[in-house]
Amino acid sequence: MAEYVIKAEKLTKKFGDFIAANAITFEVEKGEVFGFLGANGAGKTTAMRMLCGLSKPTSGKATIAGFDIYRQTEQIKKNIGYMSQKFSLYEDLTVLENIRFFGGIYGLDNQQLKSKTGQLLHELGLEQEAKKLVSEIPLGWKQKLSFSVAVLHSPAIVFLDEPTGGVDPVTRRQFWDMIYDAAHRGVTVFVTTHYMDEAEYCNRISIMVDGKIEALDTPSGLKERFNAPSIDEVFYQLARGAKRVE
Amino acid sequence: MESVNAESLRKTYGREKLLAVDDVSFSVSKGEIFGLIGPDGAGKTSVFRILTTLLLPDSGTATVDGLDIIKDYERIRKRIGYMPGRFSLYTDLSVEENLDFFATVFGTTVEENYDLIRDIYIQIEPFKKRRAGKLSGGMKQKLALCCALIHKPEVLFLDEPTTGVDPVSRKEFWEMLKRLKMQGITILVSTPYMDEATLCDRIALMQRGHILSIDTPQRIINAFPDHLFAVKTGDMYGLLRALQSNKNITDSYAFGEYAHVVLPPSGISPEDVQAYLQQQGVAGIEWRKADVTIEDCFIKLLKV
Amino acid sequence: MKQFLAFVRKEFYHVLRDKKTLLILFGMPIAQILIFGFALTSEVKNSRIVIMDQSRDRGTQQIISKIEASRYFDIQQDILSPPQVEAAFKKGKIKMAVIFPRGFYEDLMHQHSARVQVIADASDPNIATTITNYISAIILEYQQDLNETLQQPYRITAETRMLYNPQQKSVHSMVPGVMALVLMLVCVMMTAISIVREKETGTMEVLLVSPLRPMMVIVAKAIPYLLLSFINIVTILVLSVALLQLPVNGSILLLLAVSTLYIITCLSLGILISIKTATQQAAMTISLMGMLLPTIMLSGFMFPVENMPVALQVVSNIVPAKWFNIIIKAVMIKGLGLGAIWKEVLILTGMTVFFLVVSLKSFKIRLA
Repeated sequence: MAEYVIKAEKLTKKFGDFIAANAITFEVEKGEVFGFLGANGAGKTTAMRMLCGLSKPTSGKATIAGFDIYRQTEQIKKNIGYMSQKFSLYEDLTVLENIRFFGGIYGLDNQQLKSKTGQLLHELGLEQEAKKLVSEIPLGWKQKLSFSVAVLHSPAIVFLDEPTGGVDPVTRRQFWDMIYDAAHRGVTVFVTTHYMDEAEYCNRISIMVDGKIEALDTPSGLKERFNAPSIDEVFYQLARGAKRVE
Repeated sequence: MESVNAESLRKTYGREKLLAVDDVSFSVSKGEIFGLIGPDGAGKTSVFRILTTLLLPDSGTATVDGLDIIKDYERIRKRIGYMPGRFSLYTDLSVEENLDFFATVFGTTVEENYDLIRDIYIQIEPFKKRRAGKLSGGMKQKLALCCALIHKPEVLFLDEPTTGVDPVSRKEFWEMLKRLKMQGITILVSTPYMDEATLCDRIALMQRGHILSIDTPQRIINAFPDHLFAVKTGDMYGLLRALQSNKNITDSYAFGEYAHVVLPPSGISPEDVQAYLQQQGVAGIEWRKADVTIEDCFIKLLKV
Repeated sequence: MKQFLAFVRKEFYHVLRDKKTLLILFGMPIAQILIFGFALTSEVKNSRIVIMDQSRDRGTQQIISKIEASRYFDIQQDILSPPQVEAAFKKGKIKMAVIFPRGFYEDLMHQHSARVQVIADASDPNIATTITNYISAIILEYQQDLNETLQQPYRITAETRMLYNPQQKSVHSMVPGVMALVLMLVCVMMTAISIVREKETGTMEVLLVSPLRPMMVIVAKAIPYLLLSFINIVTILVLSVALLQLPVNGSILLLLAVSTLYIITCLSLGILISIKTATQQAAMTISLMGMLLPTIMLSGFMFPVENMPVALQVVSNIVPAKWFNIIIKAVMIKGLGLGAIWKEVLILTGMTVFFLVVSLKSFKIRLA
């Protein structure tokens, strides 16, 4: 039987009369790369915040890595990693200081920190840049570094919020190599993106429209169902009908 | 007639002389949609700021609508429309107030040039009393475009107008640009999305301050020197690993649900690769010839 | 011109829609004046005092019993020597001492005039003023009682002396101080922030790429704050006259004119700060640390400039509020005309011109 690390059942969040997330139900298996798509304002961010334990749902149930999102938010935070395009690293700290800081807040001891830091710098080929400020290294490296930092404490799930925005196509693929590697090691990857070709790299994807999950399947399953040549087209068919403006 | 002409533009920042734009030259004809395509940090914004008279280049010259960007900056500012990369309208003013304000600033009225923006404005008109800060991403972008167009500029500069915007709004946006082109407005647009390149008449692929290639999208695609194939199996991870382990394959990378395999004009044949994959234990492969995209060209140029 | 008006209108929208800031802008001066007003008008009850009666005659006994009967005073003890009075003050036990000289009643009867000495602890000037007023009233009442039965009037002179704060600095000096401070805050900080905000949100980029002249942007930005500050001045003046009975002895017109000059000085300083800084945070820090503190410390609002070390006195000359303080005291309290303050007015004008010229020189027509 498949092992589910994310289980959401009728998860709902209301802000006054506004239903940001409307009875979302889905499951994600261990080691799966799950794409979470939706138009601007469809409710992706709201849903993701609930799953990370940052926001209490209005109703519904969900467990993350086996922990309840109402009562066990502290345990959830220890077992997930998070990376967003907007904030992930401190620009005014060096590469090394960032790694130590984030390792530290996830409770790695000095011994672990030392070995993991060395390994990480080696894998990324950043040994020469370890003492440089993060603001001085190219965007592509920053994104790769922040992903590595997000999985430094070997979380069960890593949430990636538009991780590859503005990155060149080669770096973008290197980034996805890292995602696949992590998934291969059993880390579940939950990712949002505006690049529809990246959606195809996911094992399964869900598409949110107006607060609801309108479609959830493998990329090929979705293309078949909507009789579309690409996910881009599937997305277009679904989201074109969206009523909602943020 | 040339609408924009840039010659050997160079720009560095700060005391360390960080190179942002290096020897960038191109020209844009009147009524053309010209795209600067490249990732963040490629120098697109710096080029735009130099052409919109916001920055002085370290060296090189440029003209916009026949006017020099340094000497005639005041006259240029009257003739161009500019939409910066991040949302730059007043969030505490309503849609209507923003539009009125920018119309007046450019010495015109909304009525005078309403024809130009009508198609776009009717989409946001139902929300005209709403504060701009409360609009959705797609709506903000439409309002920003209206504000940049309201004085009927000769040249329109759009710096990453579709970044962070969902695919549906992006498609709508490009359709609007095509309609504006019909009105004879020259449009310079920058984007990190490779798939938007084919929507431009001509493009410049940029990386780290340099222009890698400049031409029509079709000619850039035609110039792709290698053979390109698309492969698919159930296990993408295994497939990519296997492809990368063969040194005779020029390049291979994920591309949507397929992996793209780049093979040299002469040397290893598709049959060889298929046999190699089978030998590596990659089963059930679907193999076909692939159409070259701008993204493939860009990857090729980056790896040269 | 149309562009300019459109810009000013836009600025008013910004100001009027930011409800929180608006509340601070108008609430602050009102709150300050009310605080000073209440501190002054509140009744003082049961103040502890001592009486030194060197005469011990009919007259002093009658006055003392009137004081005893009043709810304002609580007589601590009878003492006989001046050193005891001084000791009591030093311990902070008493607020006031009333001293009757020898032969009080005799003087009053034969010379038809007598003296009482009233010494008050003026370290809290408001309380001191209030309680000496009460004592004077009691003595006056006694005097009137006597005069009803006699044809030739008796006169008792109460000699009051304020200890520790002989100049009686109080609301009279506070109001000009509050005006200087409020205007400094509103004009410098708000103007600086409103221009820098456009840099931060990126709208300045769009404005630069437009036919707008830089100076027009800046002047248009300053106008709402000019108007707002003017309203603030009028509010402060009306409140202090109506609530604090503070007299405006000089010409109102002159007062408003010099205040407007000071507002313009502050606005041009705000503009200068906004041009030199890139973030709202920096503008705020400079306005607060660089302007607010010197205004409070060096303008003579809290501490008299004359008592400062020479170095600080020299530094205080570059604080615009110092000059405004001098001007406003001269016009409002002393009732002097332009002739007495032309030097200070000239200094403020010079500062304004300096700020504006430097601003114009440093305004960038391009991004950094």
